[in-house]
Amino acid sequence: MANLKELSKKGKTLASGHRACAGCTFPIILRQVLAAADTPLVCGSATGCMEVTTTIFPYTSWKTPFIHSAFENAAATISGVEAAYSSLTRQGKYDKEVKFITFGGDGGTYDIGLQSLSGAMERGHNMLYVCYNNEAYMNTGIQRSSATPKGAETTTTPIGKARQGKQQYKKDLTAIMVAHNIPYVAQAAPSHWNDLITKVQKALAVDGPAFINVLMPCRLGWSFQPQYGMQMARDAVNSCYWPLYEVENGVYKINSKPKEKLPIAEFLKKQTKFRHMFKPGNEDKLADLQAEVDRRWEALLKREAMG
Amino acid sequence: MATKERIALTGNEATAMAMKQINPDVCAAYPITPATEIMQIFATYVADGLVNTELVTVESEHSAMSATIGACCAGARSMTATSSQGLAYMFEMLYIAAGLRLPIVMPMVNRALSAPINIHCDHGDSMGTRDAGWIQINAENVQESYDNLIMAMRIAEHPEVQLPAMVTFDGFIISHAMEPVDVISDAEVQEFIGEYKPRFSLLDIDNPITVGAIDFNDYYFEHRRAIAEPMINGVLKVAEEVSDEFAKKFGRKYGIFQEYRMDDAEVAIVVLGSAAGTAKYVIDELRQKGIKAGMIKIRLFRPFPYKQLAEALKDVKAVAVLDRSDALAGMGGPVFGEVRSALYDLPVRPITTNYVYGLGGRDITLDHIRGVYGDLLSIANEDKVPANLVTYLGVRE
Repeated sequence: MANLKELSKKGKTLASGHRACAGCTFPIILRQVLAAADTPLVCGSATGCMEVTTTIFPYTSWKTPFIHSAFENAAATISGVEAAYSSLTRQGKYDKEVKFITFGGDGGTYDIGLQSLSGAMERGHNMLYVCYNNEAYMNTGIQRSSATPKGAETTTTPIGKARQGKQQYKKDLTAIMVAHNIPYVAQAAPSHWNDLITKVQKALAVDGPAFINVLMPCRLGWSFQPQYGMQMARDAVNSCYWPLYEVENGVYKINSKPKEKLPIAEFLKKQTKFRHMFKPGNEDKLADLQAEVDRRWEALLKREAMG
Repeated sequence: MATKERIALTGNEATAMAMKQINPDVCAAYPITPATEIMQIFATYVADGLVNTELVTVESEHSAMSATIGACCAGARSMTATSSQGLAYMFEMLYIAAGLRLPIVMPMVNRALSAPINIHCDHGDSMGTRDAGWIQINAENVQESYDNLIMAMRIAEHPEVQLPAMVTFDGFIISHAMEPVDVISDAEVQEFIGEYKPRFSLLDIDNPITVGAIDFNDYYFEHRRAIAEPMINGVLKVAEEVSDEFAKKFGRKYGIFQEYRMDDAEVAIVVLGSAAGTAKYVIDELRQKGIKAGMIKIRLFRPFPYKQLAEALKDVKAVAVLDRSDALAGMGGPVFGEVRSALYDLPVRPITTNYVYGLGGRDITLDHIRGVYGDLLSIANEDKVPANLVTYLGVRE
């Protein structure tokens, strides 16, 4: 693995001048993904923060060919691009080697785009889908998604007198993707760039579809100071709130096992979306979330032990 | 002279055959009655290695159009087929295909929209997408469906057009009815449509493009205005040229609409789809009795031939527009609105009435059409706009 300085010069990276928020972590994720590839890429994206901030006509931050068509169909759209590539290559009308990556936020992946994603994965297209998961609909102004953790305040799960925050646990999309029996599925975080880049390289190397779920701390929606994005991601990993693991041809491997698990409260207290959980009388809510994180972590350890 | 083979085919079979002859690089499709057969038959061509097509068997029509869009942006000649609810499910992506100026050609079998759910013919599905920026070409019979699909490739891909085209035909009435069809040879179809040469491709990695950028209020209007241009000026001209070339090569002339016994017509029906055949039969009957009846069969509904249609109807005393869908606007069907608008600038206008018919596959009979001409003759005689402009034909009120 090259060092970060070398990587920053590698590949057709994202041009500066995009309009993501100061401290936004998706451009970091995107640069890590793009730097991982050794073959030319065609990229796609669902409607969302990434697309609206990088492609403001007549400008573009993309140095690779790029396609966005709508919100719920990033997987279907890039599957069509990949089908064209297969057809033209088979007919002898095209002779370059190209890889296909598409991106979607958690709204476009966990929720509205789940059917399109599931279909494309089942059909076995040679493509990588990267979910940049900031755990809510941030582009439309922080509404809850099925990736939003229990208790989190969003604009559609506000802190009221009768209800405080989201009432449900988050969906385990990575497990759903594992259930598709595709060659490669992983969870990653930009704080662990070496791990993320290795995962992208593995994903691009497999013959068939791959899926990587990347946690993306959102400075606006999670509400933290712009300089703390990577710290937030690191805390998420070290608290086992966001385990780094991969499933290669069905075999589980946890890539980071914290020696000392950071209490979930340490991760949550830096985000204003959880501030109500630290008020007196809400201790049980905090304990409930800690128990859920522990339960999922233990289940993952058991799953890994099974091979 | 072109090679000729006459065989019996249903509308779906003829469409699948035309698609085989077109041999697109990519097809993405999802089954829906009554269009399912098209892709089913096409899948056998793929399985037997008779086409070069990559067939993407998607999980929904929304993904069918999305994948077709992706493929087309990657420089592939790309097609899909659908009907009714499938078209409705694609609605969002139809606008995007047109907005990205992609020459996707799609057979679209007309079927009623839910609710109530119904699998039979009316035009509510394609009419519901009439403002999506797609060219819409309609057919009267199996032969015309087959020919339209081949011509649509040329029209959609023409440099002055660069818009998607929907080739519609009536569910079951055409899709499942067997008729003798003059089939063109594979080689002649290929020669007629030519090689697809896209101007831009996502696979051109040395010249990267960004597709689907966001426009704010400083550019959106100009881009939408640019889409309007071929609809205003290019498509009808190109469609006429393609139709002329098709007639010269294969002997069947279509134009942008068909005038049937319109030369001295005093009363006329304007209709599109299979009901045109029924109307022709009644017109021949009436003509034998000395009644000057005629008909215009609309072929291109998008863009709509406003000026040409006004010219063709200017000497008629009374016109009945037959709509196989209801716009639910309180004033009849969508074809009625277009025809009345087309006639408005004439110094002397024919009196124009509307008949909504055939919803959900309800038969339109010879007697229905005879009745319409009867009404037209009374209107022409009285020379007075009737109180009731819109009639629901053949419904139990």
